[in-house]
Amino acid sequence: MNRTLLAPFALALALGAIPHARAANDTELAAIREQIRSLRQAYEARIEALEQRLKAAEATASQPAPQVAARPSPAARPNLFNPAISLVLQGNYANLRRDPEKYAIHGFAQGGEIGPGKRGFNLAESEIAMSASVDDKFAGNLIASLTSDEKVSVEEAYGIYTAAPAGLVPKFGRFFSGIGYLNELHPHAWDFHGAPLAYEAFLGGKYVQDGVQMKWIAPIDQFIEIGAEAGSGEGFPGTARSGNGAASAALFAHVGGDVGDSHSWRAGLSWLRARPQDRQWTQADLAGNDALLSFGGTSDVSIADFVWKWAPRGNARATSFKLQGEYVRRRERGDLAYDANGALGLARTGVYESTQSGWYLQGVWQFMPTWRAGLRHDRLSTGTVDYGDNAASLALDGFSPKRTSFMVDWTPSEFSRVRAQYSRSETLPGLPDNQFFVQYILTLGAHGAHRY
Amino acid sequence: MTTRVLRLAALLALAFAPPAIAALNILATVPEWGALAAELGGDKVTVSVATTAMQDPHHVEARPSLIARARGADLVLATGAELEAGWLPMVLQQAGNAKVREGQPGHFEAAAFVPMLEKPARLDRAEGDVHASGNPHIQTDPRNIGRVATALAARLAEVDPANAAYYRSRQARFADRWSAAVARWEKEAAPLRGALVIVHHKAFPYLFGWLGIREAGTLEPRPGVEPTTSHLTRVLATAKAQPVKMVIRAAYQDDRASQWLAERAKVNAVALPFTVGGTPGAGDLFGLYDDTVRRLLQGLQ
Repeated sequence: MNRTLLAPFALALALGAIPHARAANDTELAAIREQIRSLRQAYEARIEALEQRLKAAEATASQPAPQVAARPSPAARPNLFNPAISLVLQGNYANLRRDPEKYAIHGFAQGGEIGPGKRGFNLAESEIAMSASVDDKFAGNLIASLTSDEKVSVEEAYGIYTAAPAGLVPKFGRFFSGIGYLNELHPHAWDFHGAPLAYEAFLGGKYVQDGVQMKWIAPIDQFIEIGAEAGSGEGFPGTARSGNGAASAALFAHVGGDVGDSHSWRAGLSWLRARPQDRQWTQADLAGNDALLSFGGTSDVSIADFVWKWAPRGNARATSFKLQGEYVRRRERGDLAYDANGALGLARTGVYESTQSGWYLQGVWQFMPTWRAGLRHDRLSTGTVDYGDNAASLALDGFSPKRTSFMVDWTPSEFSRVRAQYSRSETLPGLPDNQFFVQYILTLGAHGAHRY
Repeated sequence: MTTRVLRLAALLALAFAPPAIAALNILATVPEWGALAAELGGDKVTVSVATTAMQDPHHVEARPSLIARARGADLVLATGAELEAGWLPMVLQQAGNAKVREGQPGHFEAAAFVPMLEKPARLDRAEGDVHASGNPHIQTDPRNIGRVATALAARLAEVDPANAAYYRSRQARFADRWSAAVARWEKEAAPLRGALVIVHHKAFPYLFGWLGIREAGTLEPRPGVEPTTSHLTRVLATAKAQPVKMVIRAAYQDDRASQWLAERAKVNAVALPFTVGGTPGAGDLFGLYDDTVRRLLQGLQ
């Protein structure tokens, strides 16, 4: 640090700070001179302070001099344009009373990736996330997941058009649908191990779109967000299908705000339509056989969600509380093919109509810095299911699957979390499961921003 | 039916239409930049601040209300140097406001206009919450406020050229008042030169550099990591072995660790406002340093 080095810097700073130097008249010139003079004074004072500090540091040797890392020239670092990269490492130990291979939610069509996972020690998904601005018009984001069975899958890979006017946010590619609250969050940001039963039964764990999304934020101080999506509709409750056009559509609206400094909230309503073709699952028929069922038609999922967060004066460092709940209702209409486990090789197709629902409510309390405890209750209602012509072979009893989970987690920094969870899961009549999990979530690399 | 729809559309248009004479909408991430924008912008700007002095600026949530405010902002004032890395990018990504995205004139980062201290030579999270660009708490040195004011006035003039002369003249007046105040604070704070202190978080290197205060240790074992008993015991030994005068924390920080040390080491526990609104005395930018210097001098006794 010396004066000759800093003076041009100060000058450059002063000049750079004045955008319309060309139009400068005499008074402006005087103002510029005044600014340069005050800047120079400020720097001289600063240098003096630094010199004194340096002397003090040399004298005591307890105070290191301020470290100023030399900035390498950009030309020498072509990698500077590399995207921000972060990794999420996850794993768990699971102690399950019931064989997870036989996991099912009684009375509900199954699909997607559901269940408590495998027993014993497990490596969960390792995620690699990369994001950057593409140019002045687009930003891109990729989240790939490496699974323990040596597979790579694309969780999300989307572009955002960032130059859109009027509060519009267009997004395209593969992305977590904006329906509900939990759906858009990655599982590593969830407060419990495993998705709520309502998400498992109606969305197969979570709903991912391959398609386009348009969101609009209202230009007022009240947060209002309205979004629409169109996609391939391959994810459960839809199926892969061949055809032009969108096989799935979604609409959602969220409102939110603050109440004082200590409270904030968000609530929303969402609707998703998928058009499955030949969506298959097995279900016990009245004769006790595992029958193969196949559904084709329309599936409408409606979600009402809310989340409320509290922290004393908005400072969540020591204590905070989060209450969150969602109600999910699914209505399906179409044709159901029934095949009694290949008996006589005959399949019978009839009209099918069902209306089923479920909800969860959870609270997470941070009772001291870095420690949180949470309780979640899940419940499903089989609702009404009309099997039409197949009613002689198929029927549902009134069993309502439910689950209660309790967790404690330790978050020494925002990059690491270790969680212990106990769940009592009653998804099959007469076969309650006691589940115990220990889970870790480690985040490395670029400091990502978190969703609300 | 059609008339009803038209009437509804007209109502919506009215509700969402911007007022005829719109002031420049500014969203500041922390109170000090909100206060500075109000000083320079006068009645030509409307300022809203994302956090209060009682919140830890490192840990703010991307709340819906912030997304709504970023949507309507003409200028976002941030500290930069990764202070807001955990939430501001998410707010801006969701706000759908191209004007205030990073790199646009509507996005202002104060840290770009001051010389940064404590730039780590080695970046490793094992060292705690370190910032690659240096320590982001630049507002604790009032001379930095003066530097940022110069740059901010220029930026206001760029974003709102119609009022450019207004911003420049307000900045010139502010600069005069400010340099007089800085000289006064420096005179008042002269007894603090060379004083040895312990801090809760590494939040004050700029303040200490300005006033010549020396830092003997921190209550946090690493930046952003909660104080532990074993670390506090070591700090206590330091505090007893050296002529430490006080233990300093920002108003938003939990006081238990500094009270613990103050009792055992027989030193004063001092809570500094850290930003505008942090203490009753820190009502504006001038009050912030009036109160900071007053509290430090009390801590010496």
